[in-house]
Amino acid sequence: MGKFFAVVLTVITAVSTAIFAARVWWLPADISAHGAGIDRQLQETMLAAGVLFVLAQLGLAVFAWRSGSARGAPRTFPGGATPLVVLAIALVGAEILALTFVGSKVWAAVYERPAAPDALKIDVEAEQFAFYFRYPGPDGAFGAIHPERMSDATENFFGLDPAHDPAARDDIVVPTLTIPVNRPVALTLRAKDVGHAFYVPALRIQQDFVPGLAIPLHFTATETGKYEIVCTQLCGLGHYNMRAYVEVVPQEQFDRWLKEQATQQ
Amino acid sequence: MQHDTAAPPAARHHHAPPRGFWRTHVFSVDHKVIGRQYLDLALVAVCTGMVLSWLMRLHLAWPDLPIPGLAKLSPNGAAGGVITPEYYLSLMTMHGTIMVFFVLTTAPFAGFGNYFLPIQVGAEDMAFPRINMLSFWVTLLAFLVLIASFFVADGPALSGWTAYAPLSAVGKDAGPGQGLGQTLWAVSIAIFCIAQLLGSLNFITTTLDLRTKGMSLARLPYSTWAWFITSVIGLVAFAVLLPACILLILDRVAGTSFFVPAGLVISDRLQPHAGGSPLLWQHLFWFFGHPEVYIAILPGFGIVSHILPVFARKPLLGPRAVIGSMIAIAFLSYTVWGHHMFLSGMNPFSAMLFSVPTLIITIPATIVTLLWIGTVYGAKLRFTTPALFCLGFISVFVSGGLSGFFLAQPSTDIYLHGTYFVVAHFHFVMGVAAMFGIFAATYFWFPKMFGRMMDERLGKWHFWLTFIGVYCVFMPMHYLGLAGNVRRYAAFTDDYLKPLIPVHRFITVAALFTGAAQLVFLYNLVRSRFRGAPAPANPWEATTLEWSTPSSPPPFDNFGGRPPAVAHGPDEYGVPGPTGDYVMQAAPAAGAGAVAGAGAD
Repeated sequence: MGKFFAVVLTVITAVSTAIFAARVWWLPADISAHGAGIDRQLQETMLAAGVLFVLAQLGLAVFAWRSGSARGAPRTFPGGATPLVVLAIALVGAEILALTFVGSKVWAAVYERPAAPDALKIDVEAEQFAFYFRYPGPDGAFGAIHPERMSDATENFFGLDPAHDPAARDDIVVPTLTIPVNRPVALTLRAKDVGHAFYVPALRIQQDFVPGLAIPLHFTATETGKYEIVCTQLCGLGHYNMRAYVEVVPQEQFDRWLKEQATQQ
Repeated sequence: MQHDTAAPPAARHHHAPPRGFWRTHVFSVDHKVIGRQYLDLALVAVCTGMVLSWLMRLHLAWPDLPIPGLAKLSPNGAAGGVITPEYYLSLMTMHGTIMVFFVLTTAPFAGFGNYFLPIQVGAEDMAFPRINMLSFWVTLLAFLVLIASFFVADGPALSGWTAYAPLSAVGKDAGPGQGLGQTLWAVSIAIFCIAQLLGSLNFITTTLDLRTKGMSLARLPYSTWAWFITSVIGLVAFAVLLPACILLILDRVAGTSFFVPAGLVISDRLQPHAGGSPLLWQHLFWFFGHPEVYIAILPGFGIVSHILPVFARKPLLGPRAVIGSMIAIAFLSYTVWGHHMFLSGMNPFSAMLFSVPTLIITIPATIVTLLWIGTVYGAKLRFTTPALFCLGFISVFVSGGLSGFFLAQPSTDIYLHGTYFVVAHFHFVMGVAAMFGIFAATYFWFPKMFGRMMDERLGKWHFWLTFIGVYCVFMPMHYLGLAGNVRRYAAFTDDYLKPLIPVHRFITVAALFTGAAQLVFLYNLVRSRFRGAPAPANPWEATTLEWSTPSSPPPFDNFGGRPPAVAHGPDEYGVPGPTGDYVMQAAPAAGAGAVAGAGAD
């Protein structure tokens, strides 16, 4: 029975590890300036966790294999508990230190450092079950938000008051996030009703929307293309269907697009 | 060694056995009856929770599949038997809530703890038997309130077992299921908290005050240590969740705004709230929620540490390190809750503050795991069903624990948060591992609880099917998470998720198969209770006090009016003893045999 357990556990370990190692299912190609750090951190963690996974499972398998046919009195682990306790503290401790020193920098680069001053500022408003994006228009200023004016019926998603607020008159509100390639983008995330989240796997970026808070988020896309933005915070019955697209385009195309949008508002 | 007179006064609060059916079997103050009631409740809950997970898995793999009979249960949620997205979320919410509270907390902690903690410390009953009875009936009430939400007009809550505000706080405007169902959810959990607080106090007092003569803390069985430490965690954790639930109920029914800020527009209606904070709910919830993980798993630690030496026929390796690690985990469990909130909008500078203790908590967890593996080294392992489930526990705990490394780091959590990687992680580490602990405990203690053996052949079939099954169900969820597959989705309509649907189908088939394998366990459980082979007094040749009771199940006062005196540690195996390679805890001290023999009366 011990041998059978050892064989089953070894097969489970081998198959699980092989699928990870072969990257049968893996992250989509990274298209962000900061994503390389995250990917490297993920791979280093994968390596460290993978080694511990294989060692622990195979250790258990080997001991179980041998324990079924052990003769004589049971034997204690060589050196008793101390070497294992020391090993756990040293091995896991070193891993924690290494991962934390590198990982904290990766985290800081995205979430602690403010956006570049010349970043393109875009407002994002999330609601059940859609995202809307707002560009300041030619005047470079966003109109004020009035919750009591928000209405899906009149398509006033940001609660603007163009009649009394000159800054609001040229605001551009669209359902797709269009951004120029290789230029820092600074988003401000607001939720109109309940919690939502902004997740673009290819951009290696994820952030919750919290009602009542305006949350900054910044990144730089390095590849042109069209990618899905999905909601990862449970927001109600249409949660699974809440999505938008981010279109990364060359700067000239972006300028052209923005001008077109400005004339349509 | 005059056992009777030497026993501490606290251990001898005699109460006469009850008379009549109701007092004996239903409204009993006997901790053993109460323990069994908790376990029966958990059995009903786990069957319910598993059926819900089957429905979810079927829907994820084949969204348009009509499920016979479901339309009767929910004419709105499953018209024609096809599950709607909102009903999927209700199933998911109820699955999580039932499993976490009424299975993973109720069975290994309240259930087995109630039955065996007093016996293992040599007491006649819990310190407060009436409060003990009250805590069970309050738990049952909480369960009934939760189940009632299936039958209200808009169906059960759909905001997940974490019930994030404001979705959970604003009521019907946020969609069906956010009406009465969500209120019942909050009321149920508040009631459950009260039961757990009462239970935890009882466990703590019993362990500290009712230990029999000679049962020093150093001789306390590891399972009792684990239940004791779990009670301390529970006392603090549920004391925070209870007020949080009350505040949530007030937000919903009394117009307060603890968790709802100003200016929310839901279904084009400006909400009449102002001044609350959604993050406050998250902080309160996770201050409970993360320790809850350890409430679910530490009894499993205790059960494995208790059972593994019995079948390895050698003492646990590093007992002090194991107990010390469990205490360290308990303390650290209160410093890590923010790792659920790296991306929540909480101050990003606080991320490392929560990340580092989370990573540090893997050190005591690794110590315990290595010591278990070290205990298997050089053992003459008896491969019984409980022993196999202990080995399985170690394996799945390793698998689930290691994926924690990815989620404990804010940098990697950016990508993996909210994906199936998280689902894989917590199902392995607190779901499957805790279930393996429950199975090991059931097969191990069944002979004591019912005086009959469970069928070993069926037990082994159950183990192998379950062990392979859970890996087929939960290992692929890591791959889905790496591919960016978002959790809590009722269907996968995004372009990048569509290619992953075959993986979901594989998981669904594996889940149905693994679930069906549990019928072997159920059959074994029911059959053995009435037809199992009569159990010897000490079938596993174990040493702790539950195997020193005069009968199986033990009499009303556990030791037949003669509380034992303890002279040995909990796991003296692999040593020459009077009846084999072990020495019972209640055996007389070495060299005192003649004296003890004379004084036993």
